[in-house]
Amino acid sequence: MTQQNEWTPVGSRADLVPGAGIGARFGDRQVAIFYVPELEQPLFAVDNYCPISGVNIIARGIVGDVEEEPVVATPLYKKHFSLLDGRCLEDDSHRLRTYAVRLEGDQLQLAPREQGQGAAA
Amino acid sequence: MRQQNLIVIGNGMVGHHFLEQLAESGQADGFHVTVLGEERHIAYDRVHLSEYFQGKSADDLAFSTADQYAQWGVELRLNTAATAIDREARTLTLDNGETLPYDKLVLATGSYPFVPPIEGNDREDCLVYRTLDDLDAIREAASRSNTGVVVGGGLLGLEAANALRELDLDTAVVEFAPRLMPVQVDEEGGGILREKIEELGVQVLTGRATQRIEAGTNARHQMVFQDDRLLETDLVVFSAGIRPRDELARDAGLTMGERGGVVIDDHCRTSDPDVLAIGEVALWNDSIFGLVGPGYQMAKAALDTLTGGDRAFTGADMSTKLKLMGVDVGAIGDAHGNQNPGARFYRYTNGIAQEYRKLVVSADGKQLLGAMLVGDNSYYDTLLQYALNGLELPDNPESLILPASEGGAPALGVDALPETAGICSCHNVTKGDIVQYVHDGYTSVGDVKAATKAGTGCGGCAGQLKEIVDHEMAALGMEVDNSVCEHFQYTRQELEHIIRVEGIHDFHTLLKNHGHGLGCDICKPAVASILASTWNDYVLNPEHVGLQDTNDTFLANMQKDGTFSVVPRVAGGEITPDKLITLGEVAKEFGLYTKITGGQRVDLFGAKLNDLPSIWQRLVDAGFETGHAYGKALRTVKSCVGSTWCRYGVQDSVQLAIDLEHRYKGIRAPHKIKFGVSGCTRECAEAQSKDFGVIATENGWNLYVAGNGGMRPRHADLFAQDLDTDSLIRFVDRLMMLYIRTADRLQRTARWLENLEGGLDYVYDVVVNDSLGIAEDLDNQMARLIENYQCEWKTTLEDPDKLKRFRQMINDDGDDPYVVSVEEREQPRPATAEEKLERIPAVSV
Repeated sequence: MTQQNEWTPVGSRADLVPGAGIGARFGDRQVAIFYVPELEQPLFAVDNYCPISGVNIIARGIVGDVEEEPVVATPLYKKHFSLLDGRCLEDDSHRLRTYAVRLEGDQLQLAPREQGQGAAA
Repeated sequence: MRQQNLIVIGNGMVGHHFLEQLAESGQADGFHVTVLGEERHIAYDRVHLSEYFQGKSADDLAFSTADQYAQWGVELRLNTAATAIDREARTLTLDNGETLPYDKLVLATGSYPFVPPIEGNDREDCLVYRTLDDLDAIREAASRSNTGVVVGGGLLGLEAANALRELDLDTAVVEFAPRLMPVQVDEEGGGILREKIEELGVQVLTGRATQRIEAGTNARHQMVFQDDRLLETDLVVFSAGIRPRDELARDAGLTMGERGGVVIDDHCRTSDPDVLAIGEVALWNDSIFGLVGPGYQMAKAALDTLTGGDRAFTGADMSTKLKLMGVDVGAIGDAHGNQNPGARFYRYTNGIAQEYRKLVVSADGKQLLGAMLVGDNSYYDTLLQYALNGLELPDNPESLILPASEGGAPALGVDALPETAGICSCHNVTKGDIVQYVHDGYTSVGDVKAATKAGTGCGGCAGQLKEIVDHEMAALGMEVDNSVCEHFQYTRQELEHIIRVEGIHDFHTLLKNHGHGLGCDICKPAVASILASTWNDYVLNPEHVGLQDTNDTFLANMQKDGTFSVVPRVAGGEITPDKLITLGEVAKEFGLYTKITGGQRVDLFGAKLNDLPSIWQRLVDAGFETGHAYGKALRTVKSCVGSTWCRYGVQDSVQLAIDLEHRYKGIRAPHKIKFGVSGCTRECAEAQSKDFGVIATENGWNLYVAGNGGMRPRHADLFAQDLDTDSLIRFVDRLMMLYIRTADRLQRTARWLENLEGGLDYVYDVVVNDSLGIAEDLDNQMARLIENYQCEWKTTLEDPDKLKRFRQMINDDGDDPYVVSVEEREQPRPATAEEKLERIPAVSV
């Protein structure tokens, strides 16, 4: 499978908000894209749909780290999801799908990722 | 087994403590207990009597209720005095002529205020300061008076003087001795104390013997002193010491002391073993103990005497720590150094800060025999522990009373104390007791307090209690970690200090210099709040936007379905018809659910993220401002209509509410802040349940602080009375800034004040007397915050770049298809999960 062909443009560099998330439509899904400029690999993409609240709000969460693992805190119930693998740190019955995300020039692109693959996009 | 008839004569603090101990001992079944109280009130907290003038009621001060006594099986007879004890017949005669049989008697009759035998001491409005009824009489007389004199410059005299001062009388204290508080302080300490008291506007006359009191020329009375000098006054309060209420015992032929007091042994037995005596009526080892702590110890010893326990009374430490009119005074052990021949002294005097400290040490310099403090009691706890536990002094004992800047020693850590160290002398709780409770699972100061009663008497040991609890928890690995989170090893208060002192304006700099990692959803909003409280920059600036909680990010309150509610400011709850119509129109146009809030404004629910800018454009155009309902900031100032419309109103509460709301709007704080302003004492704005409450009086405004509704409601404390509007605002400015600087994150003012060491007195001192010398700084910071106010929605609407984030999806202008509402009671509401499934069958997640 050649990932290269699957990249879908969803926006531009100017849409990114440093230190925070934005929402994007990706097919019939909504994806939350986070930009953490402090990190060497600064872009993360996970489901925007929060399985705990049943609402598309992950992009509105605060990003940070728990023992150096980058996470997003869900804004309604303050649970933490790993930006690396999408698992919920407090409750492993919940998991967000992760997506590959990159900037190609000024273009922001998303691609599906096989789950469990980890962070190294 | 027949119950013994036990009669307790006297329902003061010590008499009550005895009953309470009996009830808790599990041995109450052996007795039929009757308690006689001469006053009409059930036992109350006489130590904090002066708070009666600061707004506390008799019920607030009461230790118990008639119901509680009934539950204990105690027959309570108030308004009842005993007139005679017949020890042969073993009966007690009451003032109503009734006779009660007894098997055991406990005398807890306390003492009465000594009124010097001077001519004219029985004139009208010559009063004493001891009971609630006395205070009522003083209050009534003060309402007809301009001037007041307290005869006696001891502890109670100064308390009485403060009461007169707070009743707005020109107040003087007349003391026979050459200095104030002669028992506790020496000449030099007395001098400093005098300066401080005089600065508060109280005239101090020492070395004055009153010869007589007679009719005055300009006032009701004039006092004539030994040198024929005169002092005119409308009101006289005698507070020249106490005398034991021992007439019953004397008439009954019990052994008495030469100067009064019924003699007791170590088991609190009088010369008749069936009659016990406790508290201020009892004379032990030729001493009367006029403090509540020793009284409580006697109560316990007496209980054991009656129930076969082994506690005895073997004397008590008479060290005292007081705050009188905001002035610290402390005396430990042999403070004057006149009971230990050969004792040596260290003295420290600071005439500028008005502080005086003295150490009395043994001839070999190894033991602390006594100490005296005026102006700063922060040295007290450490010194007391050295004295009580015989700890060996350091090589340079003077370091114990020097300021840290001059080589002073740090306070003695609680770990240096032996297990036997007494911490709470009122309830006789040792460090070992506290440690044991922590080990048994009482892991908060509140829990330990409730279990041991430590800190619930005079309250002087509260600081040490907390230290020991924290220290033990740390020792047990139950880390009392007050750090904000894993990214900063600092408390919120410390972070606030760093940000303000180092002039840090952004999270990144703070994290780089004082923290590590990326930060998180705890520290980021906390720091965002501190930055806003310090600099009041626009919260959606690029360096701040990622720190904000969702509500601050989108300047609206996110609800459970991901939509937002919108609350424009309606200052003081006053709104024009046109603005009301605008709200209605906006709600209709955007399909919003409307509800009136508790804070007298209108909440518009169900706004979609994409619609927020358009909604706010309409509102801003109509003259609305953001209401900060989304922020930890001032919410509303609730008001009643006040004197403008209401026949009872005495001030224009609406105008003040609007002014306050506009003054403090937008200021971010550790948590939300609510105000209320009532136009009269009927309190229709419920101001006493707010963080800051204002109630109009005939003469101005009463200011209340730290009220709360919610999960743990709290009535606000009266902070100051009859303020003019300028003073009111100045005090609120400082209170708010102090709260902002020192509270924990997400700590409302109620919990803040409860947890603040020194409590209301401390805050009053800082805010009104500028005891920390920071008032100007607080004023300036508040001025800067007010100056930098902006309507965040107006600023946001002017910046297309900021509006970009108000999109559910960057590549789709549509609304979130998962947000579904249904109609109920003619308004929209979020669809339930089942309703959603029916309406969006294509949900695939």
